[in-house]
Amino acid sequence: MEFLQHLHPALLALLRVLLFVVPILMIVPGLIWWERRLLSWMQDRIGPNRVGPWGLLQPIADGVKLFFKEDITPDSVDRKIYFLAPAIALFPAFALGGTLPWGPSYGLYSLLTPIANVDIGILYVLAISSLGVYGVVLAGYASNNKYSLMGGLRASAQLISYELAMGVSLACVVMATGSLRMTDIVDEQMKPLWGAVPAIQNWFIFTPFGFVSAVIFAICIIAETNRAPFDLPEAENELIAGYHTEYSSMKFAVFFMGEYAAMFVFSGVFATVFLGGYNILPVNWLVLAKDFPAVSGVLTFFDTLNYYAVPLAFLGKCAFGISAFIWLRATLPRLRYDQLMSLGWKSLLPLAVANFLVVAIWIICTKLYGLVGGLASVAASGVVLALLYLNWLATQKQGFSSLEKRTLELVEPAKAKP
Amino acid sequence: MSNQILFWLMAAVAAMGAVGVVAFNNPVRSALSLVVNFFVLAFIYFSLNAQLLGITQILVYTGAIMVLFLFVIMLLNLGAPQALQEKRDIKPLLGLIVGLGLFGILLSQVVMPLNFVTRSMARDDFGTPQAVGKTLFTNYVWPFEIASVLLLVGIVGSILLAKRRI
Amino acid sequence: MTPLWQYLALGLFMFTTGAIGVVVRRNPVVVFMCIELMLNAVNLTFLAFARYSPSVTINAKNQVQSWMAGQMMVIFVMAVAAAEVAVGLGIIMAIYRLRNEVDVDEMSTLRG
Repeated sequence: MEFLQHLHPALLALLRVLLFVVPILMIVPGLIWWERRLLSWMQDRIGPNRVGPWGLLQPIADGVKLFFKEDITPDSVDRKIYFLAPAIALFPAFALGGTLPWGPSYGLYSLLTPIANVDIGILYVLAISSLGVYGVVLAGYASNNKYSLMGGLRASAQLISYELAMGVSLACVVMATGSLRMTDIVDEQMKPLWGAVPAIQNWFIFTPFGFVSAVIFAICIIAETNRAPFDLPEAENELIAGYHTEYSSMKFAVFFMGEYAAMFVFSGVFATVFLGGYNILPVNWLVLAKDFPAVSGVLTFFDTLNYYAVPLAFLGKCAFGISAFIWLRATLPRLRYDQLMSLGWKSLLPLAVANFLVVAIWIICTKLYGLVGGLASVAASGVVLALLYLNWLATQKQGFSSLEKRTLELVEPAKAKP
Repeated sequence: MSNQILFWLMAAVAAMGAVGVVAFNNPVRSALSLVVNFFVLAFIYFSLNAQLLGITQILVYTGAIMVLFLFVIMLLNLGAPQALQEKRDIKPLLGLIVGLGLFGILLSQVVMPLNFVTRSMARDDFGTPQAVGKTLFTNYVWPFEIASVLLLVGIVGSILLAKRRI
Repeated sequence: MTPLWQYLALGLFMFTTGAIGVVVRRNPVVVFMCIELMLNAVNLTFLAFARYSPSVTINAKNQVQSWMAGQMMVIFVMAVAAAEVAVGLGIIMAIYRLRNEVDVDEMSTLRG
């Protein structure tokens, strides 16, 4: 593996890109098979089991079928945009992983991953994921079909709404880390848990604010990838197939692939930001080996294993994320459009902003008053926020008429009292 | 040299995008060419070492503002061919002449006299998130707060305008 | 290194194109997009000047001026543009709802 260091930087960059993109391309058919099998198991069906062992070759058969299907282009479509839209839809799904590290930043892996270790890693993810809407919107527009257009419109409104909560939830993590660099975010998660337990890693999902951020981020990535229960742009009982109604054959397959690749890479982002990146278990093996000298040999072996199994660990976390996607699809019914909007704007965004506030208070108070002061301030701000929320709930329960009455009491006390 | 080729390539795409915005009759196409322009502009910012602003360019303009434009175009169905035909009269020609004149004058009188500047004198950390953030929250903290108030006013104003009944 | 004037020339080209568009086009959304184009041309110019100017400048009163001024300006332009788009598109929607057409030549109610 020495020769890698002497490779031309451009060739090395190409190698890095290939190491990221080719596995995704190979995994996508597997994902489709996995989704169909898991979904059928959850719904007490059998699912595809005829082609190959356990139906494993089904995606290949599907791919061949899609290749050889007749490619229909309706007459009245806006041709150039119609052909461009699937490509635009596929691009962000693959470009998203540009700053995603699937291995540690030392040793051999530092040469192979991430594709670009830039200062703005997490902003890059946000920026590219915001481009994902174009493929859907343009497909909807170019199809010249009102259902497709409505699908595109829904997609754009949905993505704009959920991007905000997503950005704010990621900002919490960025603030806690103090860096936008992806590798820094992963390294931060290898520090002692809550700054107190050195043997366990401080994955952000274990911290209170990180957990809230993780939940918000998970909901947002489901909305960003247009998956159930947020698959309103392609709601089949209202919009036929939404934005890809008019697409057939390979062009449809490209949309399909883009969706699955986006799911996969978003799961990777989730794993990197909240689940400790490429580490298999949240344990600092070497610290543990120092604490338990009797079994230090085994523990050091685990550390070595962790180092070599890094790509597998990352893939495993992505697979876990995708299974969660499928699980959600099997469990939850589709939201109504107004429910989707009110969830995004009235629940997720305020929650994310409150979380952001708590993290900011925690950081400042920890710097000023130490660990205990920081925790106390978090508890205090949590109580204040809970009280505010309860107050809001109370005003909601009183309903509009009593609110009106209260205003009247304030403005004209004489009239309000009979 | 490769720097130069890359820059001219990006500049050519950006310029074509800019022309496309004005030249396309269909608003959706105009919006798309503006998206191309903004996207390439982000890479030109990267070539100026302004990483943070480049990515913000993609995030704000390409990812949010242009999606909003497309949304409005489609909502008003302005993309339909019969929606709004541009008049064919002397105005475009006049505009073109005046614009070219402006371009020529400014290019020859303002831009070309600066052609002796070829070396960057900025610091190494120009455009990194650390440097930008530090300046933004120390020297420029009041403008920053005023900008946030402006955004709040924008939110309230757009809700006021878009809502049928308040 | 690319000379400064090339960035400025690109910015100037974008600005004049936007200006022509504002004058020539009748669709308010496109006019709006041309304004965005002009703003971005200005952003590019700001950034180019910021990149090529010395990192420390001293003004007449012997104060050290910030070398970040160009980038700060770009950030504020972006914020203003975002607010402007939100309000402007809201206005276009409101006009469309009121008159069922959008054409800048027909919007002459305020002429007096």
